[in-house]
Amino acid sequence: MKNVIGVINLGKSQTLLDDLTRNRSIASVPFAGRYRLIDFALSNMVNSGLSKVAVFTLNKSRSLTDHLGSGKEWDLDRKHGGLFILPPAINFLDEEYKGDLQNFHGHIDYFRRSSKEEYVIVSRSHMVCNINYTEAFKQHVESKADVTVLYKRMDLKTESLSACTSVEIDSKGRVLGMQEVLETDDDVSRNVYMETFIINKSLLVELIEDSVYQGKYDLTSSVIIENLSRMRVVGYEHHGHLAIINSTASYYRESMRLLCPNVWRGLFFQPGLIYTKIKDEPPVKFMEGAHVANSMIANGCIVQGTVENSILFRGVKVAPGAVVRNSIIMQDCEIGEEAHIENMILDKEVHIQEGKMLHEHQGQPIVIDKRSVL
Amino acid sequence: MVRKECVAMLLAGGEGRRLGALTQRLAKPAVPFGGKYRIIDFTLSNCSNSGIDTVGVLTQYQPLILNSYLGIGSPWDLDRKNGGVTVLPPFVEQKGGRWYKGTANAIYQNIYYIERYNPQYVLVISGDHIYKMNYDLMLQEHIKRGAEATIALIEVPREEASRFGIMNIDEQDRIIDFEEKPQQPKTNLASMGIYIFNWDVLKHYLIRDEENPYSSNDFGKDIIPRMLQEERALYAYRFQDYWKDVGTIESLWEANMDLLDENPELNLYDNEWRIFTVNPNFPPQYISPTSLVQRSLINEGCMVFGDVDHSVLFHGVQVGEGSVIKDSIIMPNVKLGANVTVHRAIIAEGTVVSDGCVIGSPDEEEAPITLIAENSFIAANSKIVQQPSTSVKKG
Repeated sequence: MKNVIGVINLGKSQTLLDDLTRNRSIASVPFAGRYRLIDFALSNMVNSGLSKVAVFTLNKSRSLTDHLGSGKEWDLDRKHGGLFILPPAINFLDEEYKGDLQNFHGHIDYFRRSSKEEYVIVSRSHMVCNINYTEAFKQHVESKADVTVLYKRMDLKTESLSACTSVEIDSKGRVLGMQEVLETDDDVSRNVYMETFIINKSLLVELIEDSVYQGKYDLTSSVIIENLSRMRVVGYEHHGHLAIINSTASYYRESMRLLCPNVWRGLFFQPGLIYTKIKDEPPVKFMEGAHVANSMIANGCIVQGTVENSILFRGVKVAPGAVVRNSIIMQDCEIGEEAHIENMILDKEVHIQEGKMLHEHQGQPIVIDKRSVL
Repeated sequence: MVRKECVAMLLAGGEGRRLGALTQRLAKPAVPFGGKYRIIDFTLSNCSNSGIDTVGVLTQYQPLILNSYLGIGSPWDLDRKNGGVTVLPPFVEQKGGRWYKGTANAIYQNIYYIERYNPQYVLVISGDHIYKMNYDLMLQEHIKRGAEATIALIEVPREEASRFGIMNIDEQDRIIDFEEKPQQPKTNLASMGIYIFNWDVLKHYLIRDEENPYSSNDFGKDIIPRMLQEERALYAYRFQDYWKDVGTIESLWEANMDLLDENPELNLYDNEWRIFTVNPNFPPQYISPTSLVQRSLINEGCMVFGDVDHSVLFHGVQVGEGSVIKDSIIMPNVKLGANVTVHRAIIAEGTVVSDGCVIGSPDEEEAPITLIAENSFIAANSKIVQQPSTSVKKG
């Protein structure tokens, strides 16, 4: 897939995860003990053989640019191509941000500069999966499609698909329609659009310019949906695991699903490994009296207490007698002696003092802000 | 080249013969240690953390894994435009070429490498030891005393002293006597094999030593005694923290077990002095609902369904249901099936142990360490026990 370039489109505002995205973009929300959401989208592109990837950012990108650095961890520190971090190319003083397509238009030279690449893969960061795009790309070329959209069949009963788009497909795989999934739909399953598509580069450039000329700034609707009848848009079904992070509740649910060994294996090892910024933390230390069950523990943690059905990010310390249950504890948190934490999401560097009880039994887990001391 | 104040020469050609099957395809510095590292990570991280950014690594024995591991030095932040890590294997030139004859000869053969940086000081270290040390403090001490050579010194138990270079010092820590591996050691002040030399002085002695056909071209046996004889200013630099030579299966096992103490002498969790290593990009480990894991060090990518007590598990290890691991070291990507018992054992990289196997003797407290070679396949329900002083099982 040497003639394909990638775009990770973060230019669409999402407020569904407010507690966790107060100080960071959704792409840099920590996930699965040591990653940030964008690691999956980026690793998928790299593992598929892409060596030129642009990240179109929107706002609050400090933690994101810190995380991505030169792209070295993804093998994207290249002489040719490599990683491009591209913030909105607009004048904030007298221009208003109108939509993600404006980013594509502002950085049109990214697509134009080289003529040897013929295709573009565009994805977003909140659809977490491990996929190699080679198959989808092959299908795209062989079926002579203008656009190939990736989807996964998902169950409405077990997933929350708010703000997701469903894809209607005919027997030959051609996309007939795409619309927002309504929670009241009586059908039990839906083809959910993974916000990922493959397109011929020259066509993308043409569509970007046409849409902006007409004053349209939404990528999915103006590039794909509005052209369904004029273009050959084909679907490609993803069969692997897909975690859609569109709310705090789904963030929690999808995190807990990682505690199923099959999901763990499927998301982290097949078909490729997931890369992230390295922290050089030592292995996890289990002390005498530690009791850890059904949990995922990242390096640098020191566990002396009890941890059950939980995810510990890098560098978390659990003191003797402390109990952590059904919780997600982010990087460098400290849980004091005899403290009890249940059904909580602790953002980074939270200190829970000795003997503190934090329980949430009703409703969804509570998020504790970064650097709180409780 | 921009002049460097200090260039490090890291001796990493050691065969590690006493590590048996572990060093069949690996040089000793590449042997895995501490759940995540290779032995050489400690000296490389020390260089990096001490602000030494030019490190020549002298390789010789089984260099493939070590060379590819070192790469361009990026894990240790030693990928530099000027300096960085350079692997220095023995080479041939027009008038011939040869293996490194001894530690001093290895440096002698690379005089040209050192001269490129025109350093004032050369630090000579070996990739065989586990310790954390700020070489810059030693260098500052060397400069302050106006020394021509400084040797790091550690006190060792008397009964072990004959394994080391043993020195005698005066009240100003000036070295007055040095003997390599003496049969009757006069003191317990051992050389750690860490030297700082003024480069012009060292170069002079290396050239003279090479001209001497009777020399064994060794720092401890030839260079240091000759410098003392000629009354050069040699000083000792005292070191009091954790330092371990992991030259045997027993000492390798012990050094790993040391890390499992409640407050180990060697603190791996110090954010100011991290030990860097090549990262395998594995996810956080998973511990099952029925496992009991205590007093252990477990790395990324492990899946644990059994019980682990007082053991070190490297990355990507799988422990099946009903298995029990105690007092053992399980190296990267080892797969242990269900109902496997492992006691006082070292299982090398990539080995598969099938269901129901018993490795080591669970009833014997002081049994010798059982070593299973890398990439072995152990058939179901096998029993493998290390007999005292017999050869280890081969893969």
